[in-house]
Amino acid sequence: MLRYLTRRLGQAVLVVAGVVVLTFVIMRLVPGDPAVAYAGPRASPAELAAARAQFGLDDSLPVQLWKYVRDLAGGNWGVSLHTRQPVRDDLFQAFPASLELVGAALIIAIVVGIPLGVGAARFKGKFPDLSIRVSSMLAVSIPVFWLALALQTVFASGLGWFPVAGEYDSALDKTSPLHVYTNITAVDALITGNWPILLSALAHLVLPALVIAAYPAGVIAQMTRASLIEESARDHARLERALGFGETSVLTRFALRPALNPVLSLIALVFAYSIVNGFLVEAVFNWPGLGRYAADSIRSLDTPSIAGVTLLVAVLYVVANLAVDLIQGVIDPRMRAR
Amino acid sequence: MTVSASPEAPPVLRRTALRHLAGVDRLAMVGAVLLALIVLAALLAPLIAPYPDDGGSATHPLDALLPPSGAHWFGTDQVGRDVLSRVLYGARTSLLIAVAVLVISGVVGVVLGVVAGYAGGWVRDVIMRVTDVFLAFPALLLSLALAVVLQPSVTTVIVSIAVTWWPWYTRLTASVAASVSTRGFVDAARCLGVPAPVIAIRHVLPNSLTPVLVQLSLDGGGVILTAAALSYLGLGAHEPTSEWGLMVQQGQSLFTTDWWVVTFPGLAILVTAFAFNVLGEGLRARLAR
Repeated sequence: MLRYLTRRLGQAVLVVAGVVVLTFVIMRLVPGDPAVAYAGPRASPAELAAARAQFGLDDSLPVQLWKYVRDLAGGNWGVSLHTRQPVRDDLFQAFPASLELVGAALIIAIVVGIPLGVGAARFKGKFPDLSIRVSSMLAVSIPVFWLALALQTVFASGLGWFPVAGEYDSALDKTSPLHVYTNITAVDALITGNWPILLSALAHLVLPALVIAAYPAGVIAQMTRASLIEESARDHARLERALGFGETSVLTRFALRPALNPVLSLIALVFAYSIVNGFLVEAVFNWPGLGRYAADSIRSLDTPSIAGVTLLVAVLYVVANLAVDLIQGVIDPRMRAR
Repeated sequence: MTVSASPEAPPVLRRTALRHLAGVDRLAMVGAVLLALIVLAALLAPLIAPYPDDGGSATHPLDALLPPSGAHWFGTDQVGRDVLSRVLYGARTSLLIAVAVLVISGVVGVVLGVVAGYAGGWVRDVIMRVTDVFLAFPALLLSLALAVVLQPSVTTVIVSIAVTWWPWYTRLTASVAASVSTRGFVDAARCLGVPAPVIAIRHVLPNSLTPVLVQLSLDGGGVILTAAALSYLGLGAHEPTSEWGLMVQQGQSLFTTDWWVVTFPGLAILVTAFAFNVLGEGLRARLAR
């Protein structure tokens, strides 16, 4: 296990190093001069030179890369060109909001997706199976930004059941101010017993979380179905049927647990995917997370911020993958041999 | 799968050649038919679009935002262009992007994959570590970062998606090619003194292609969705190109008042991605059998 652990960790470190280099290269491809973008179009030559020196743009590329890596390791992720704040602080503000949204979405996706997958496997080839397969295919094929606009138009603007945009009603800050611990509004409101803000936060969460949940719910249902059908064709399932267990018992009592193993690794993969998918949803619902931050950065060609978002999500993805591999290495010794 | 032909029909008729081709999965057949219709619509857009000029920069201010009617089945947009015509032309943009991305990333991925799989050793290690780095970025994220630094255009969309897409095919091909390389006929060729590049191209490559081809057809939907998302964010096609994601973006403020401007382009993305996904899924299930 220790050898597996070190090998897998070594791979992850190598990948993160590659991610840093690739991000650096992409950000150097930017047309135009970042110093001009920072100092503004009417800056004097002296101000421009100062900005160039501040960003180290006068150094050679390898030196810039080295300084970039050194700064990253030292916790300096650069200064955002549009908020004028350290990128790390901006990310620290925005990331918890995205996490709240994607966390809620994944919970919905798991609660909906796994039972649907089980249902489809139970009635394989019959009508429930077909309708679940079609709807899960639709769920993964729907453009999220369009679904977000549609739900917002119908259920928020039209019927008025849910708030149109935002994370919670900021007017409540006056009547019941929120103490910030985790930066995740719903969690902070819950642990401090701030019920008005908790209710408002949950109401704001429903529509965007449902939109983001569509894709993971679809793939989780498909994977559960396929994995369960495979598992229920094994010898142990034949024995259980011979012992007189009904088909539903065979599936849910015996086949489901081993069948969920690939679903687990899938969930880690769709986690990072959903964060990026959430970017589009955040833009529609004006959610103060990474996506809105990224959209603002894109509009102002704010390379340090874009690099920060890109790095953060990529590293998150590597860590999620590593975590799944390690967990599976513990559960299933065969994985370690790979 | 059950076959629901009438009991009187002779068995031969129950399984036509076409149906055999896509396996017996009816859902995959639906996908194939839908996709064929979409390709036809894209190819014939100048002929079948009711207002061919509206696919481009034509404007008819007096006809702006007309609801769907006999004259305009899908209504008209903010400058009076026929939405149906633009949706038909949009199929050209989307399919062009999908085909270009899949061809570019397929070729790059397969070549690197065969090299890695056949050569093995440190060559394989280097190529695989590079794919690991690219796979660490969720596709939309890397495309997003790239599309920001390049000028917004259809070409940018193609390039930035292709850059994120090839590593999957490299991985897939490498694992297949590695197992093909251990087979008897490769050993035989090696003993006969056939040079390594020839073995790789003539013997390993053709025998490693099938899984990649299936994966390519499965990925068309993903490319279409990613491309639409980039255009929606303003990083892809721009006016007057008919592009579904761009049409949704430009009409989004009108959704509450003029629903048709946003609804039909969105549905077009949904239907096309769905067609690719069910067809690819059917092909994969057939291959696995």
